[in-house]
Amino acid sequence: MLRFVALRVGRALLTITLVVTFAFVVLRLSGDPALMIMSPDAPPEALAAFRKAWGLDDPIWLQYLKYFTAILQGELGQSFRDGRPAIQLVAERIPATLQLTLPALALKVGLGIPAGIYAALHRNSAIDRAVMTFAVAGFTVPSFVLGLLLVLVFAVQLGWLPSGGQESWRSVILPVISMGLGGAGILARFTRSAMLEVLGQPYIRTASAKGVPWHQVVRLHALPNAAIPTVTIVGFMVGTLMAGAVVVESVFSWPGVGRLMVVAVSNRDLAVVQCILLLVSATMVTSNLIVDLLYGVLDPRLRGTAPAGGGH
Amino acid sequence: MSLLSLEGVSRVYATRRGLFGKPVPVRAVDHVSFSVAPGRTLGIVGESGCGKSTTGRVALGIERPSEGSVTFEGATMPMPGTPEWRRMRARLQLVHQDPLGAMDRRLTVAAQVAEPLEIHGIGDKAERTDRVAALLRDVGLRADLAERHPHELSGGQRQRAVLARALATDPALLVADEPVSALDVSIQAQVINMLTDLQEARGIAMLFISHDLKVVRQVSHEVAVMYLGRIVEQGDPEAIFADPLHPYSRALVSAIPVPGPRRIERIVLSGDPPNPADRPSGCAFHPRCPLAVSACRAEVPELKAAADGRQVACHLVEAA
Amino acid sequence: MTEPLVSIRDLRVAFHGMPALRGIDLDVAPGEAVGLVGESGCGKSVTWLAALGLLPGTATVGGSVKLQGQELLHAAPTVLDRVRGGRIAMIFQDPASALNPVKKVGVQVAEALRLHRGLEGAAAEAEVLRLFDQVGIPDAKRRIHIYPHEMSGGQNQRVMIAMALAGQPELLVADEPTTALDATIQAQILDLLRRLQQETGMALVLISHDLGVVAEMCRRVCVMYAGRIVEESPSEALFAHPRHPYTQGLLAALPDMVGPRRRLEAIPGGVPEPWNMPPGCAFAPRCDRATPECGAGMPGFVPVGPAHQAACIHVQPATVPA
Repeated sequence: MLRFVALRVGRALLTITLVVTFAFVVLRLSGDPALMIMSPDAPPEALAAFRKAWGLDDPIWLQYLKYFTAILQGELGQSFRDGRPAIQLVAERIPATLQLTLPALALKVGLGIPAGIYAALHRNSAIDRAVMTFAVAGFTVPSFVLGLLLVLVFAVQLGWLPSGGQESWRSVILPVISMGLGGAGILARFTRSAMLEVLGQPYIRTASAKGVPWHQVVRLHALPNAAIPTVTIVGFMVGTLMAGAVVVESVFSWPGVGRLMVVAVSNRDLAVVQCILLLVSATMVTSNLIVDLLYGVLDPRLRGTAPAGGGH
Repeated sequence: MSLLSLEGVSRVYATRRGLFGKPVPVRAVDHVSFSVAPGRTLGIVGESGCGKSTTGRVALGIERPSEGSVTFEGATMPMPGTPEWRRMRARLQLVHQDPLGAMDRRLTVAAQVAEPLEIHGIGDKAERTDRVAALLRDVGLRADLAERHPHELSGGQRQRAVLARALATDPALLVADEPVSALDVSIQAQVINMLTDLQEARGIAMLFISHDLKVVRQVSHEVAVMYLGRIVEQGDPEAIFADPLHPYSRALVSAIPVPGPRRIERIVLSGDPPNPADRPSGCAFHPRCPLAVSACRAEVPELKAAADGRQVACHLVEAA
Repeated sequence: MTEPLVSIRDLRVAFHGMPALRGIDLDVAPGEAVGLVGESGCGKSVTWLAALGLLPGTATVGGSVKLQGQELLHAAPTVLDRVRGGRIAMIFQDPASALNPVKKVGVQVAEALRLHRGLEGAAAEAEVLRLFDQVGIPDAKRRIHIYPHEMSGGQNQRVMIAMALAGQPELLVADEPTTALDATIQAQILDLLRRLQQETGMALVLISHDLGVVAEMCRRVCVMYAGRIVEESPSEALFAHPRHPYTQGLLAALPDMVGPRRRLEAIPGGVPEPWNMPPGCAFAPRCDRATPECGAGMPGFVPVGPAHQAACIHVQPATVPA
C-alpha cells in the first residue's frame, strides 16, 4: 500500500513539473512580455531596462533554471503589471471562484447522481427518458451559451436576478446553474449506465435469490459497485474546481481566478499565469490522486492481493 | 516420420504477484516432448492452468519456446513474423473455443473463408469462389449461409465456418483448442463427426486440446494428460481411460460423471490445483496425491515407459 | 405419495412475446433430488428463475407455482423475500461472478443469516464459521474476511452453498453448479451437495446440461426440449431405456468413457428458435420417427413404465400404470 501511494504521489509531482515547463515554453514562445507590457513603440532603452529588471535578457535555459529553482523554493515571482507577488494576486481570487465552483459541484453531484440512479431503476419509463433528454441537452449546450440564455431570460427579460457582478447571494445563482447543469447531465448519464451495468450482473440476482429486499439490493449490493466508475467522473469534476470557471466568470464578470487568468494571459503576465497553472494542475493532480486512493478503498480487487491457491 | 515434434519444450512467463510484487518466473509449460504423425490426432487433456493451451500456441509457432525446440515438417519453427513463418502458418491452423471471437463480424462467411486464400495468393478470383463453395460444402454449411454474417449463424454453424476457413490453405496440422466446449451435446456430436471425417478425407493431423475426456477419447489416436505444465501420462486413449496409471489421471478419469455404472472407483481429490507460480517441490501433484511418499516431495519424476507402451511420470509406477 | 413441496402447473414464460417456457408441470417432493437436463435455451433455468420471481420485468409469466399450497407467482415482494433463501435457495453457474466482488465472503453469508434467522454480530459470525466448516472451507476464521477474487472457483462455489444453507431451506435449486469448474473440483462439489442433502434432508433440484452429472446425483430426471418437459423418469430407467426420441438422441450423441469407440449419432439440425416454433411436437423436424401426425398438436405424456412417461405419440404405452 505504501508503495502504491508513493508511486501515485511521484507521478503527480511529475505531472505538475511537466505542466509548469509547458507553461514556460508556451508563454515565452508566443510573444515578448516586454513588448506586451510596455507597448511595442516604447523606447528601446526602456525595453532593455525592463528585460534586465525581470531577467528576460538571460539565455532561455538560464531563465528556465532560475524559474524552476524559484518555484521549488516556493517563490512564484511577481506580476509584471503591478509588481505584487503573483501568489498573493491569485490567492485573493480563490474564494470568489470557489463561491461558484463549490455550489456548482454540489449541484452536479446532488442532481446528477440521484437522477442517474432513478433513471436506471426505472429504465425506459417516462422519467428515464426525460432524465436522459435533459442529460444530453445538458452536456451538448456549452456553459457560456446556457449562461447567456439564463441572463437573457432571468436578468434581462424577467429582471429577477442580476446579470453579473458579485453583489449578493443572488448573483451566484445564474453562474452556478450555467456551470452545474451540464455536469449534472454528464453525471446522470454516467451513473445510469454504471447502475444498469451493475444491475445486470449475476451477483445482483444472487442477492435477490437469497431474499434481500429490493431496496437493500440496490443500496447494499448495486450502489457500492456502481460507485467505482462514478467516482472517476466526480474526481474529474473536483479537479476542475479552479479552472472550470474561466468562461462563466467572464460571462458574468465574476472576479475569480478564471478572469484573472484571462487578463494575465493577454498581458503575458508570466508569473501570474504560471501561478494559476500551478494551482490548477495541483488541484487536478490532487483530485486524481484521491480518486486513485479511493479506488483502492472501494474495490478490493485493486488492492493487489493474489488469489490463494488455484489458477482460476 | 513425425509431422510436428516438440523436444523438451518449456514456456516461462514472468508474472507479478499482486500489483507491485516481484516478478516470479512461471513455467506454464515444463519440459514437454511429443510428436504428431501425419493424419493422426494427439489429444491433450488437463484442467485449467495445466498449460495445455500454451502448449498449443507453442506448437503453432505463435509463441516461442523458452527452452527446447519445435520442428514442423522437418524444419525448426521459424521466428514469428518472418516470411518463412507466414508460409508455415498456412500449413498450421488454429480452431478455438469461441468462433464468434475468431471471426470478423463485418464480413460474410464466404468472405472470411476466402481471406486466407487471398493472403496466401492461392488461385484467381473464379478459382477462389469455387474453392470457398467446396470448403463450405465439406464442413456441411448450406450454400445459402455463405452470404450471412457471423451473428446470423448458430454456434455450431459458426464453428463450421471457422473450420472451413482453417482448411482453406490445406493445412497439414490443425490445432483445435476446446473446439466443441461451447456447443450443446447434439451439436457437439455433429462437429466431432465432421472433424473425424475431414481428417480421414484429407489426412490432416490434429492436436486436440480439451478438458473433456469423453470428447478427447472419441477423437484421439494418442492422449497426453497434463498437470501443472508437465505431461504426467501419455499413450493409447483406450488404455489410459480404462486403466489410468498416474494417480492424477486416475482421479481425473474417475471424476467424470457417467450415466450408468462406473468402471473405476471414484477418487475425489482434496484441494485446488496449485498455482503455477507456486509450484510444489518434487512431483507437482504430491500435495493432492493420496499415494504420495517422501520421494515424491524431493524428486521430479521423469516421464518413462510403463506397461503397454505407455509413458508415465510417477515414482510409484513400475517402469516396463 | 407425500404432498409435494413445490408444485408447478402449466408454467409459461415469454420474453418480448417469444415463448421460452410452453407449459411446465413439475412436482418436487420434500427431500427428493430431481434433475432437469436439456440443452441451452430449453428453459431449465428459466423454470426456476420464474418460480422465484427472478426474471427481468420484460418477461411475462403465467401458470402456477405453489410452495406447500402457497402461490408464488406474482406474490407480494415481502412474501417472495421470505421464500427466497429462506425456504428455496438457489446457486448458480459461475460462482466468481455470482458473489458480490466488493463484499467480504463472510459478510455475504451473514446477510442471509440476518434476513432469515435474525442472527447478527458474534452469533452470526459463529454461525458463518460453522457453515464454512460444513461446506469444507479450510481455515474458515481467516477466509470469512477475504473477498471472492481471493478464492478459487471451487471455494467460491462452497461460499455460495454456505450462503444457500444459511437460511435452512427446504429446497436447494442448483443451476449448473459445476459447469464453470474443473473436473476434479466438480467431483468435490457434487460430493458436497450429495452429503449436505443427506445431512439436512432438503430437496435438491439440479439443473444441468450434463447427463452424467444428473445421473449421478438424482433419483428422478426430467428432460426438457424447447420449453417443455419431454420425458420424466427414474434416472436408472432413463439412461437404461430412454423412450423419447430426443432423449435417445442425446444419449447417442454423447461419447462414451468405456467400451469400443463408435461413431457418434448426431441429432441433425438445431434447436428451433422461439419465434419459429414448429406446430405440434417441437422435436419433430429433427426426429427420424416423425410423421405428419406429429405436427397435429402438442403431444401429451404417455406412461411408459413405473413413474416413467414420455411426451411422444410414437412411444408404446406401458400396460402397467405407475
